Amino acid sequence: MSTHVVSPARTGVWAAIGAITMSFAAYTSALVVRAGDSADWVHVHLPWLVYANTLTLIASSITLEVGRWRVSGRFDSRVSGLSLLRVTLALGLVFLFGQVMAWRMLAAQGLSLATNPNASFFYVLTAVHALHLVGGLIGLAYVIYRARLSAFPSPGPVSASTLGAVALYWHFMDVVWLYLLVVLTLWL
Amino acid sequence: MTTISTPHEAAVHHHAPPDSFIRKYVFSLDHKVIGKQYLGLALVAVCTGMVLSWYMRLHLGFPDAKAPGLGLITPEQYLQLMTMHGTIMVFFVLTTAPFAGFGNYVLPIQVGAEDMAFPRFNMMSFWVTFVAFAILVASFFVPEGPALSGWTAYAPLSAVGKDAGPGQGLGQTLWAFSILFFCIGQLLGSLNFIATTLDLRTKGMSLARLPYCTWAWFITSVIGLIAFSVLMPACVLLILDRVAGTSFFIPAGLVVSDRLQNHGGGSPLLWQHLFWFFGHPEVYIAILPGFGIISTILPVFARKPLLGPNVFLACMVAIGFLSYTVWGHHMFLSGMSPTSATIFSVPTLIITIPAAIVTLLWIGTVYGARLRFTTACLFCLGFISVFVTGGLSGFFLAQPSIDTYLHATYFVVGHFHFVMGVAAMFGIFAGTYYWFPKMFGRMMDERLGKIHFILTLIGVYAIFMPMHYLGMAGNIRRYSSFPADYMGVDLPVHRWITIAALLTGAVQLIFLYNLIRSRFAGEAAPDNPWQATSLEWSTTSPPPFDNFGGRHLVVAHGPNDYGVAGPDGRDYIMQAE
Amino acid sequence: MGKLFAAIVAAIALVSAGVFVARIWWLPPDISTLGPAIDRQIVETMVATGVLFVLAQLALAWFVWGTGDEKNRRPIKRFPGGATPLVVIACTIVGIEIITLTLIGSKVWARIFLEPAPPEALHVDVQAGQFAFYFRYAGADGKFGTPHPDKIDEGSGNFFGLDPASDTAARDDIVSAELVVPVNRPVLLTLHAKDVSHSFFVPQLRLQQDFVPGLDIPLHFTATQVAKTEIVCTQLCGLGHYNMKTYLEVKSQADFDQWLKDQAAQQ
Repeated sequence: MSTHVVSPARTGVWAAIGAITMSFAAYTSALVVRAGDSADWVHVHLPWLVYANTLTLIASSITLEVGRWRVSGRFDSRVSGLSLLRVTLALGLVFLFGQVMAWRMLAAQGLSLATNPNASFFYVLTAVHALHLVGGLIGLAYVIYRARLSAFPSPGPVSASTLGAVALYWHFMDVVWLYLLVVLTLWL
Repeated sequence: MTTISTPHEAAVHHHAPPDSFIRKYVFSLDHKVIGKQYLGLALVAVCTGMVLSWYMRLHLGFPDAKAPGLGLITPEQYLQLMTMHGTIMVFFVLTTAPFAGFGNYVLPIQVGAEDMAFPRFNMMSFWVTFVAFAILVASFFVPEGPALSGWTAYAPLSAVGKDAGPGQGLGQTLWAFSILFFCIGQLLGSLNFIATTLDLRTKGMSLARLPYCTWAWFITSVIGLIAFSVLMPACVLLILDRVAGTSFFIPAGLVVSDRLQNHGGGSPLLWQHLFWFFGHPEVYIAILPGFGIISTILPVFARKPLLGPNVFLACMVAIGFLSYTVWGHHMFLSGMSPTSATIFSVPTLIITIPAAIVTLLWIGTVYGARLRFTTACLFCLGFISVFVTGGLSGFFLAQPSIDTYLHATYFVVGHFHFVMGVAAMFGIFAGTYYWFPKMFGRMMDERLGKIHFILTLIGVYAIFMPMHYLGMAGNIRRYSSFPADYMGVDLPVHRWITIAALLTGAVQLIFLYNLIRSRFAGEAAPDNPWQATSLEWSTTSPPPFDNFGGRHLVVAHGPNDYGVAGPDGRDYIMQAE
Repeated sequence: MGKLFAAIVAAIALVSAGVFVARIWWLPPDISTLGPAIDRQIVETMVATGVLFVLAQLALAWFVWGTGDEKNRRPIKRFPGGATPLVVIACTIVGIEIITLTLIGSKVWARIFLEPAPPEALHVDVQAGQFAFYFRYAGADGKFGTPHPDKIDEGSGNFFGLDPASDTAARDDIVSAELVVPVNRPVLLTLHAKDVSHSFFVPQLRLQQDFVPGLDIPLHFTATQVAKTEIVCTQLCGLGHYNMKTYLEVKSQADFDQWLKDQAAQQ
């Protein structure tokens, strides 16, 4: 009979996923109501950089998965796995930087937070997503730090499950971003 | 059922006992300390909230009276008192004490764990809540005073800013930030409750064997996870409307204080929908832990099992689920489509069925029992009485055709005070008298407790029952005084309520005295003073740092084995026996 | 102690129910076509909940009174039938109540809010602002002038922001601080808010409706008696909320026509 190793970290992340999903659902319903209600809904063109940032984020998810797989694998692949995790972290930072650049591009068009409701939602949704992504970055940085410290050849099961939880969160951030991209493109 | 792999369990939540004062009592990772910190915060909050209500009642009953420290209370001051009273009580007392306070302390022990799943997040959750409270209190001291738009903060009054009047400047912005932080604290807490209940149960503690209060805390944390996740966006959007000039909740063309507001087409109803989507589940967050506490404590002092425990659990789950379907009943007259009003009234009425069932189960448990009338037991019995009262008055408000008359009258005030201000408070009192010996290793004074109970029971009925009569007569709430001709007859009732409120408030000093005195000079408490079955009674009072002194308890029984033939001629079997 | 608790609970239950039955504080007499239906709903609910209230409290008191204590050593009894009869009772009694009240109540609700106003209704435009209500009648041309928020000037009495100079329909609009209506004739109010949310409540009409900024909300009623009653604001709107009130005057048709003529002369 196999005992199923439970991971509170994973449970916690699933619960967090539930919470974050609900909060984006709330933002979405606010957007739908606002778009439907009023006469001042004007279409906004999303800066092209937003799509480039999307590719960066997807790439980071890939590097994270491959890195995670290698870290939990055989001894000699762990080092390269760790490097891939570092690359993921870097890609995450590139994404955030790219989002800030996208905001500046929008502002250069004359669209700041309060100019019209579409712009408001663009800034709010991307900012909230970015904030949550920062949480993921912190988690990933923490795992990398701990993995570096723990002695090879056997990082404890904690690292593997915490890394799994962080990865789950990261991929979810990716999914949320794709969802937001669809919403922003369709509605804005 | 998942079983826990031991090295995993040890690795996840093992942390060494703290040694410095700061690590032990201030920034502690220990769920027991955090639980007590939450309870301490709630105690400060309830005293503050209560004093605010005394000022309110003083003004309502004796409009010309000069209040200590404030003089003659102005209309805006009254509204500020009311807003802060509601906000402090709902968030920092009724959500904090029964859920974050007792839950944090008791749940990990009851499931047989050493600590919560994420001790660092747990510590963070308390300090974030503390910061939230500090921000709210700070709003008392800003130039124009705290917010005055009620704990419900309806837009556009809460969103347009200073033009809307006193208290709607910095005070309202601080209010929104305070609630935002509160949401974050609660979400971190919910993550802990969920992960701990699902993953850190000791061997033999299946979900079916969990004590009923643990179940209640678990369901509450799931409700909170969803509800607070919706309130947070609402607060963010409100803050942006206030400080960044956005127009989420403010429509175009408003003229406030002779100034045309520069806003686009936002929707005040959007705020109401978002707020009440949180707000209704919130009241179940306030009461469900009380359900769990009553169902845990009543059998102990009845010396017989809770009647129909599986039905009880099913009802709690049903209530949790239904709580998300009823929020529109706060908005029957809000301008939303009248058809949706009829739709919302249906689940609102249906939710009375599980509530009625659990009440009957408690009354059925009392039937034929051999009650030990400890103070904790008395507050459980009192809970049943006041919950019946508060629940039944909801029946009126659930029907839109009656709500056209009773909406915004004192009938509503009476209703929600009974279910929240009284029933939930009785749950907190019951929990305090019950778990105090475990937490502090000392017994509370039972004689003082009984006096506290009887006087409080009479007092709360004297305060809140007349409010239903006022509502029937059309007396409107949130009024700082009653100049309307037809409300003149209500003034003697208000005076009665004020006197009852002040007297009942004074009675609570008995409780405070009992609390403080027993903490230092109470009789030493044994491990299991109440002869109860759940795991917290299988360890010392107070428990050691890791809850069980290194033991890993194995559970062989459910929590409901009272009135049975137990070992050593006892009439109960403990869960870990 | 238990007996004391039981006695107190029983006494409270009987006294508080008694006060309701005696109608010491009660709804004012209604002057609306829908009043009787709403009042019937309230009374039915009161009877149902009152019976349940008294029964439940007395049951609790009775069971607590009869409970043995340790010295007594009476055997502990389980509720006969266990949980099942209680579940059945709760579901049937509460279920029947719910169904009955919903069926009847939704019809009453529909008559207030879902049915459109009859075509012969008198139209009155209502504006709520901090902290007063103003009512506008269309005047002889039967047309309402267009309100402009930027033209509102309380000092000169232009509460609605009308522009009679360029808007012919606005010239004969009649603005009043009180709501005056003819008896036995449907009245259709259009509610709009100038600044924040307010609400319109007339206890004698049993009618309440929020004013929501950004929305124009219809509300219709028919008054059945000549009377002068109060209109109060019931949605928190700021410091003057408690004092935001005016009067509803229901006049005979002849008196109403005269009033309208007098008002038109004064505008």
